[in-house]
Formats: sequence, structure tokens, C-alpha cells
Amino acid sequence: MAEKLISKIPEGPLSEKWTKHKSQLRVVNPGNKRKLEIIVIGTGLGGASAAASLGELGYNVKVFCISDSPRRAHSIAAQGGINAAKNYQNDNDSVYRLFYETIKGGDYRSREANVYRLAEVSGNIIDQCVAQGVPFAREYGGMLANRSFGGAQVSRTFYARGQTGQQLLLGAYAALNRQIAEGTVKSYPRHEMLDIVLINGEAKGIIARNLVTGEIERFGAHAVVLASGGYGNTYFLSTNAMNSNGSAAWQCYKKGAFFANPCFAQIHPTCIPVHGDQQSKLTLMSESLRNDGRIWVPKKKEDVMKLRRHEIKATDIPEEDRDYYLERRYPAFGNLVPRDVASRAAKERCDAGYGVNETGLAVFLDFSSAIARLGEDKIRERYGNLFQMYEKITAVNPYKEPMMIYPAIHYTMGGLWVDYNLQTTIPGLYAIGEANFSDHGGNRLGASALMQGLADGYFILPYTIGDYLATQFKNPKTDTSAPEFDAAEKAVRAKIDRLMSIKGKHTVDEIHKKLGHIMWEYVGMARNEEGLKKAIGLIQDLRKEFWSDVYVAGDTDNFNQELEKALRLSDFLEIGELMARDALNRKESCGGHFREEMQTEDGETLRDDKNFMYVAAWEYKGENEEPELHKEQLKYENIKIATRNYKD
Amino acid sequence: MDFTLRIWRQKNAKDKGHFETYSVKNISPDSSFLEMLDILNEQLIHEGMDPVAVERGCQSSGPVSFDHDCREGICGACSLYINGRAHGPDDEVTTCQLHMRKFHDGDTITVEPWRSKGFPVIKDLVVDRRAFDKILQAGGFISVGTGGVPDGNAILISHETAEESMDGAACIGCGACVATCKNGSAMLFVAARVSSLALLPQGKIEGAKRAKAMVAKMDELGFGSCTNTRACEMECPKHVTVSHIARLNREFLSAKFKD
Repeated sequence: MAEKLISKIPEGPLSEKWTKHKSQLRVVNPGNKRKLEIIVIGTGLGGASAAASLGELGYNVKVFCISDSPRRAHSIAAQGGINAAKNYQNDNDSVYRLFYETIKGGDYRSREANVYRLAEVSGNIIDQCVAQGVPFAREYGGMLANRSFGGAQVSRTFYARGQTGQQLLLGAYAALNRQIAEGTVKSYPRHEMLDIVLINGEAKGIIARNLVTGEIERFGAHAVVLASGGYGNTYFLSTNAMNSNGSAAWQCYKKGAFFANPCFAQIHPTCIPVHGDQQSKLTLMSESLRNDGRIWVPKKKEDVMKLRRHEIKATDIPEEDRDYYLERRYPAFGNLVPRDVASRAAKERCDAGYGVNETGLAVFLDFSSAIARLGEDKIRERYGNLFQMYEKITAVNPYKEPMMIYPAIHYTMGGLWVDYNLQTTIPGLYAIGEANFSDHGGNRLGASALMQGLADGYFILPYTIGDYLATQFKNPKTDTSAPEFDAAEKAVRAKIDRLMSIKGKHTVDEIHKKLGHIMWEYVGMARNEEGLKKAIGLIQDLRKEFWSDVYVAGDTDNFNQELEKALRLSDFLEIGELMARDALNRKESCGGHFREEMQTEDGETLRDDKNFMYVAAWEYKGENEEPELHKEQLKYENIKIATRNYKD
Repeated sequence: MDFTLRIWRQKNAKDKGHFETYSVKNISPDSSFLEMLDILNEQLIHEGMDPVAVERGCQSSGPVSFDHDCREGICGACSLYINGRAHGPDDEVTTCQLHMRKFHDGDTITVEPWRSKGFPVIKDLVVDRRAFDKILQAGGFISVGTGGVPDGNAILISHETAEESMDGAACIGCGACVATCKNGSAMLFVAARVSSLALLPQGKIEGAKRAKAMVAKMDELGFGSCTNTRACEMECPKHVTVSHIARLNREFLSAKFKD
């Protein structure tokens, strides 16, 4: 079966691979492009940029999103910035340095050739966005401004206040709108893909539910692009938007696309702590805040106790009694260590009893020294909207008092396995952005998700998909009355009918919260063999409970948010199990995946390169069957493998 | 905290709609408004699954539908009219960032969908805002394709100009301006985009044409005209000001002169 994982990494020196590969990709002539149809699922940075670029090329594109407008995709919530190796700061940045830091940040579990290409096109993204009118922050001389992000030793992050994702998405959405107006792209908002349709083993269409009318609709194409994001909401509480889900990717997995490294989930260190069990989601505070904010907990337990009893405030604790634990443990990177390292360090302090809020699950993020150094106005200009957001949520003024933060699930590095062309193991099915696995290894660096989404959508997929479509232009339009569509639609209807007919005793959210607790407890920041085995059993039991005792309110032929949630949860209940299986298989600690059995004396991650330097790609084998593991060995020809060191 | 909720219920676009009254108890002041609605919905679902309650004449229409997604004030999906104000009684927030500590224990809270001709109701509190997409499709972009563009620093933009452009670009497309306006005008939404792009050298080229096309589309879609009441600015969760409307008018007039 190993032959299914052909990565198609081009031969030759690293820096020439992409150029050489492009020259060898087949292209489709303009006349034939007009005969070809492409379906794009999702309108975040990946989906919107891909759909717009493919439309410009002359293909007929149908783009689907579950929101009421493409502009609402969750890329919009990215705050801090986007990386690019422009070296505008003259701080010795380069394509190689961005590549190297991304591989290192990912703890040597990403694919070298893909990451290099990502770094290579990063500069083009900034140029593209500027041309579209994205109002990036500027210096007084009119040049683009930069700031630093975790895991980087140079200043290469471009930003638009604390709303960078929003501005980049509005740029891609504007490009998409232009194509919609031109007629090359047709937009289907409030539509959810519920299955992928294969004809002769190739992706040729989808079954979607019109979320307004409840109608089940069929759409055919010559190829399908999945840009549906990650599966972080498996945990119920996460920084993902409420409607973000893994279902589109999961249907592809169940139809034969391999799912890679599902256990690699990123836990973001700077989120607003959980306040109680009525909470629906967690709010991120941008990583950019770690440029000027210092993270600390008290040195003395008595101060911790007084804080919890509200007898003192953080500002009452003198400098010498504060433990700036990141600066203490990681002098070279300080508060700007990568996310996984910062998250675990916060957990370590809180587990040791130094957590600063009532639940003991919070640390301080303090701006007092930056305000003293730069003045409040400068801080307001840099982070004003984030400070305002914090104050609205917590009723605490962060200009006066330090913020309280705690780690939360934020991003999933795992996703559908793709080759160098971003094609999954299903011919004609492509996966881009967070939906694929390829670029971030065991941990994604801050400001790199936006970079990857736009790199894939603007500059990579539009080239690579042509290589497949060049074999398709002689084929007529896909006939949606084909028996494969009949079968897929029938299965979708049967699943919906089954869900509606259970009429049990538990709401969808109640079961989702239970899943979230299992995932956070056993497949969260620290994992071990016993816990993971337990989690698999618990998830299987919960799945049975769901299918026998869930209550889905409302009806099918109508706008029904409970049904939407139930369909997504049915998949989360399977994704969670695969995450736990993958985590159990990977008996090493790397990036965001921390196996307690594998750590150094200092509590740092301990990789096992001899046995686990591979991508774990899982193949679906049927309901209640164990999935089959395929391994893509990772080869590092241009980088020296080392232990990640952020200390010196 | 305990609350009485008067919520607009409407099965679909054709239904006439009506208010229903519910009560919720033990709500944490730290809960967001939408989390409070989540709790109400869990309650309504449980009532609906209880045959005894239904037999007793429990008349619930099931869980309340409302749009929401990011719940951190940036996606623009949430859209409630709360006690007569778009996004409720706090300033510069979306409904998802409104917290129950802004209300008093025992309050009666009235919740309605956006009320505007431009935004027909889909169900309960959910409205159809596709008109906003259509307005932007009419010209809310710079006509540049992927690739073949100059270096980012080849276009110099002053710090102040970039900041001012960003002020307009901060619009999240929620529709509060339209819902608040007595004329149902989408002027602030249109102006935010026109002005943000017109300020930038790369956007200026199509400025007049863009203004004309977007205003024409806004009129065509049934949005009202602007009479400078400035209500939109008061309720905008992102503090987009009417100064952008002034800039839109300049662009629009310049387009008219060229005709």
C-alpha cells in the first residue's frame, strides 16, 4: 500500500525544486479552461484566494461556504500578522531563514520541499495584498512596518493593527467578488458540503445542504478543492469560530483520502481563561502581544493565595517577587518562544500551584514595562483593539492591570495528506490551507497560517491543479444524475433521517461538551498511553450514546442550526478517536504533541527521530474497523536535525 | 442573574412572526449575550423533548435561530437588535462581545432581528444580508489579478493615510448601520469601503467609478438614502465614522462631473 503515498517531491537542489517543477507542470490552454469546472469548499484565505485566482485563469468555479457571506470565514479572526521573508528590516532574513525557522518551529515533522516553497512565495503574498489595497501598517516614511513573532529571531511579520486576518481576507474576498461579477465564479453561501462524490475513483462533485431551505443539492465538477479549515472544535472549547468544523475533510477521509498527523493540534498560550461552564468558546489574545508583554506568575505561593482571594492586585506584587518564567527558562527567546513551548510552560507553573485566578488556571501578561518605555499611546496604536476586546470581555483595563491568560486549542497542524501538488490520495481532490497537513509539522509558528493559506490559494494550487486538469478537458461536464451521485445523496439523506429520528434525551451541545472534556483531559496539552487508551474507549462509548440518545430539534426542510451542529458533531466524535489513536501511536514528544513518557529532565519535548521521523497517514477501513497506518518518511537533506533549543 | 426575554419568532420569510416570552435563571454576569441565548436554547430543547411539558401546553417554537460564528467581534455574523439598539446597550461592541453584566438582575430584554427592507428575515433572528455581497461585487475591489504586481514597498503610503484607510477597512459588514438607520440606508457600509480604497494610491485610480457603481447598486437593492442623522456612526461596533461618507460623496460627485 506504500505506493499510495507518492509525495512527488521534485528532484534537484532545494532552492530550484519549485521553479523546475513549475516548468514541468502541464498547463491548460485558455479555450479549454473555459470548459472546465472546479468546486472550492470554503472561503477563508485559502478558499477565497484559490477561487479568485482560478476564476481569473478562466476556469468555471463554484465556491461554497457555510456562512451567510464568504467574508465571515474564520481566517478573519487572525489578529497578529503574516510572515514573509522580505528582509525589509535588513536583519539578515532570507527565504532560507524563514524555511529553517518553520521547520525547526514544527519540530522537524514537516516536509522540507513544501516548507521551502512556502517561504519562497511568501514575499509575493505581501506584494499581492498591497496591490489589492490591504492597509498594512506603515512607517512614517511610507514603508511597510514589521514586528516579531514567536519562534523567529528576525522581524518579518506584516500586520494591519490587530486585524490582519480580516484585512487579508477582505483582500481575497474582494478579488473573489470581482470574479463573481465577471461571471467566472458562482458563490453559494449558506451551503454545507455533506459528501464528496467519486466517479471511477476521482473527485467529481459534492452533495451539499442548502442551509436556508434544507434542500439536498448535487454539484458536479472536474476537480474539487477542499479549503475547509481545521478540526480544533473537536475540543468544544477552542478559539475556532462556533461553526468551524472538520466534516468536509472527514467525508473525504471516509471516501479514501488519507488523514495525516491528526494528533498535531496547537494549543495557543495567550487566550482569555475559561470563566465557567456556561462558556461557548475561548477568545484568543494575539501572539503579537508577546512582543511587548511579559509573562509572569508570583514567586511566592502566599501571593498566589492572596490574589485568588482578591486581597491584593497583581500591581501590588513587587518586581523581585515576580517569576518571569519564560525569560528565566528560555533566555535566548524569552517571551517569544514558540506557542507549544509557551503553553507547556504556563501549564507547568499552574500545575505547580502558581496559577493566578480563582480557578488556578491563568498567568499574567503584563504591559507595564512596555508602557513605561514607549508610553500608553504607542501601545494603544499597536494593540488598541485587542486591549479593548480584553476589557469588554473581562471588565479589566489592561493598561492598568496585567491581562490574565491561559492556553487553549487554536489550530490543527494535521489534516488531509497531500503530495507536493497539494493533491490528496484521491485524484482530482486537492486540500489547501489548514485543511491539509503539509507545512507546519508538530507546531505552527505564529503568523504562518495566513501565509500558508494565501500561498496555497494564490501561488501554488493555481499552477499544480492545471497538471491534473490538463487530463480532463476532453471529458464532458460531470453528469450529476450519475449513479454515484444517487448513492451519495441517498446516504446523506439516510444519515439526516437517522439523526432526526433518535429523539433522545441529550442535546447536541451536551454531548459535544462531554467530548470536549475527554479530549482536553486525555488528548490535550499532555498525553500518556494510559490516558489515550482510556480516551478511545470513552469516545466510542460517547459515540454510541450520541447515536442512541441525542435529540435534534426542528425539522430537515428548514433552516435548522441544531441539525447542522448534530451533523458536525457526528464527525467530531470520529475525528477525536483518530486523534487519540494517532497520539497513541506516536510514542515521542514533538511540537504540540507532548507524551509524558517522553520528556527531558527539564520537562522539554523529547523526540524519537529514529522511529518517528515520519508523517502518519491514516486510511479509513470502514465503520468500526481500525484505520490503517501508512508512513511517509521525512528526509531532511538541507537542514541539520537538532534538538529544538530556545534557551541559548 | 435572572432575565425575562421577549424574542421575535418567525418560522420563515413568509411567516408573519410574533414575540414569545421566556425566562432564564442563574445566568453568570460574565456570560456573553449569545451564551445566555445558548442557555435559553438548551432549555427550550429540553422542554420540546419532554412530552409531558408539551401535553401541558408548552407552546415553544423550539430553539431560537440566530447568526453567530467567531464570537470575538470580528466576523460580523451576529446581528441582534436588543432593547431597541443594534448590538445592545454597550458601545463599540458586537452582540457576541456584549456581556450580561451590562444588564440588571430581573430585567426584561427585547430581542429582534435587524429590521430593514434590505435584509429579509430567514428565520427568527436570522436575516439575509446577501445584498452586502452584491454591493461589493458591483465595485468594492481594486481591479488587480493574482501575480504581476510591484514590490510592496514600491507603493509608498504615509503612516497617517494607511491608518485612515484602515479605519474604514475595519468595517465587519454586520449591517448594524442599516438596521439603525431610519431610512434603512447602507451609506456607512458603502462609504467605509469606497473611502478606504480611495485613500490609497492603488485604489484611487478607480475611485470615482467605484463610488458610482456601488451607490447605484445600493439604490437598486432597495436601501434608503442618507439624511445625515449619524445614527449609523453611533451604533457601528467598529467605530467607522461618517467622515467616510463625506469622502464617498466627494468621489461620487467627481464621478457625476465626469459624466
